Amino acid sequence: MYTQALNTAEADDRGLEDAAKAAQFQARIDAEERIEPNDWMPAAYRKTLTRQISQHAHSEIVGMLPEGNWITRAPSLRRKAALLAKVQDECGHGLYLYAAAETLGTSREELVDAMLTGKAKYSSIFNYPTLTWADIGTIGWLVDGAAIMNQIPLCRCSYGPYARAMIRVCKEESFHQRQGYEIMLTLCRGSDEQKAMAQDALNRWWWPVLMMFGPPDATSQHSDTSTKWKIKRFSNDELRQKFVDATVPQAQYLGLTIPDPGMIQDADGHWRYSEIDWSEFKQVLAGNGPCNRDRLAARRKAHEEGAWVREAAAAYAAKRAQRRTAQAAE
Amino acid sequence: MATPNTPLWEVFIRSRNGLAHKHVGSLHASDATMALQAARDLYTRRGEGLSIWVVPSTAITASDPAEKGMMFEPAESKIYRHPTFYEVPEEVGHM
Repeated sequence: MYTQALNTAEADDRGLEDAAKAAQFQARIDAEERIEPNDWMPAAYRKTLTRQISQHAHSEIVGMLPEGNWITRAPSLRRKAALLAKVQDECGHGLYLYAAAETLGTSREELVDAMLTGKAKYSSIFNYPTLTWADIGTIGWLVDGAAIMNQIPLCRCSYGPYARAMIRVCKEESFHQRQGYEIMLTLCRGSDEQKAMAQDALNRWWWPVLMMFGPPDATSQHSDTSTKWKIKRFSNDELRQKFVDATVPQAQYLGLTIPDPGMIQDADGHWRYSEIDWSEFKQVLAGNGPCNRDRLAARRKAHEEGAWVREAAAAYAAKRAQRRTAQAAE
Repeated sequence: MATPNTPLWEVFIRSRNGLAHKHVGSLHASDATMALQAARDLYTRRGEGLSIWVVPSTAITASDPAEKGMMFEPAESKIYRHPTFYEVPEEVGHM
């Protein structure tokens, strides 16, 4: 009884202390201060950010797969060099983001394992296949375009390491979108077949790209606290609308048709899109998209086949360290 | 054999413009040589620097953010350390 009573008192104290700390924490956020790794933060803030940043990292890494698929088949050396550089960038973005996630106290190995075992999610857009070269143009133009829309506000995220990683990412992302649009422009100025190929790619990617911004505001489960903590600065629907408004004129310039017959421009100039099929989004998220199994299998294969490299590097480092200790003892 | 977690390194880069090495981020590598190579690939893909330092993260001693008030207070209260504290008549010109 007695110990139990003591425990309760202690827990209550901790609750009070946490409440005071949480209020102080929120005041710092409201004052636009950045939160740094060793600062006190609510457990839920740490958990939310670990999930968001690591899933963002997984998305960059898995995102290398659909595009990597076309490196050997790029139509010219110029295109090949650009695509190779872009895929390298995606890898770099994944690594900046893993490093930011790790500052919250979860090791790289644990984060990567969560992805490989399917416990952690990654952006569902990468579960769609890249069937033609026009898909590479469309990914750069639309997928990276949507990513930029999402990532620019994250440069002002309340968590310092995440914001800093996003600044680097955004600087590099603009090249990705421009190279994609250039591919589309070349195809659209080419033969009828090439233009048809560009239109086909747009038809297949348009709706999945709109889904990249996440569920509609009315149903999004993470938005409220994320907004309060200034992890998120704009709602899913706000960003989606901004993206659509920016993209429609770009499609018009290409002479392509957005595959949404119900789309209209309202009096304020906004392009209003039709209802999105969220059942497809849920299916892909649940693991039933066209490429979910392929993507995870490819990541697992790469991880397993790289195991000997990690082991050899660790063994070599251990041997060198041992030799240094022995020499120091002499 | 279970591979131990790969050590973390902090990366510092000196850019072209002759400023000091600046912290740019961190990475994992088994040893210093591999850390340098990875830093080259990860942080200088667009000519960001002319010199790289890698430092084991465990070698860094950091000030405690909880004590930043006490730590930096002495500088806060000494405005006479700034040039604008002193009055120089306008006729004297720029000084």
